Amino acid sequence: MDLINEMTLSFSSRSMNENFARTAVSAFVLPLDPTITELSDIKTAVSEAVTNCVIHGYEYGEGIITVNAKIYDNGRIVIKIRDKGKGIENIPQAMEPLFSTVGGERAGLGFAVMQSFMDKLKVTSKVNCGTAVTMEKYIIRRGRAKTDDENP
Amino acid sequence: MNVKLTFEKNTLTVQLSGEIDHHSARGIRQAVDADIEKYRPKTLVLDFGRVKFMDSSGIGLIMGRYRMMKIAGGVVRIDHVPQHLERLIALSGVRQITE
Repeated sequence: MDLINEMTLSFSSRSMNENFARTAVSAFVLPLDPTITELSDIKTAVSEAVTNCVIHGYEYGEGIITVNAKIYDNGRIVIKIRDKGKGIENIPQAMEPLFSTVGGERAGLGFAVMQSFMDKLKVTSKVNCGTAVTMEKYIIRRGRAKTDDENP
Repeated sequence: MNVKLTFEKNTLTVQLSGEIDHHSARGIRQAVDADIEKYRPKTLVLDFGRVKFMDSSGIGLIMGRYRMMKIAGGVVRIDHVPQHLERLIALSGVRQITE
């Protein structure tokens, strides 16, 4: 399994960047030739993770969100999204579907969506230091749009 | 704004389009809530037919409007859910509270 490409983005914790982040990641993974559904899954998961940074990590305040993405020649995608915000005290509770600390307009489904739409999800957090979410997905290789390295 | 509202026969229809995320949901919510207050509809129809992208903020939007409509004795219907949103809708369980 060889790394094909890697990128890191840093941007301020403004809600307008939720769209920017998912669009950028979706463009970055295109060489793996994902289906529309796979691409939509990735965009949705990235959107959830970045929204969590904006709402919970920085509680609508100023901060930097970092997105790192790696793609591998076997179709594996690893996306790490982190903030240096307030952190999560109780990770299992935060990951429970329908649990939300802010209530009202938030469905409390962010982590459930990430879990369901991606193949692997890992959350690490330290109170007052920040949170990192690492997600993985395998794109089924269909033999089209191979990278240079794969062509004989 | 990604929303077009029409009121007819006690029904407020909200034609949503484009991308619904946490950022865009605020404007949609304000527009819809203003018309719910104004017209006091019996039925609120949320039409997702032209929605290209939606994350769980869209689910929050449905749940919030459901709570508003329920207090006033009304109902929420969700229409034209595109194939690509089916899994999110199913995962959320909102079908149980909408018509």
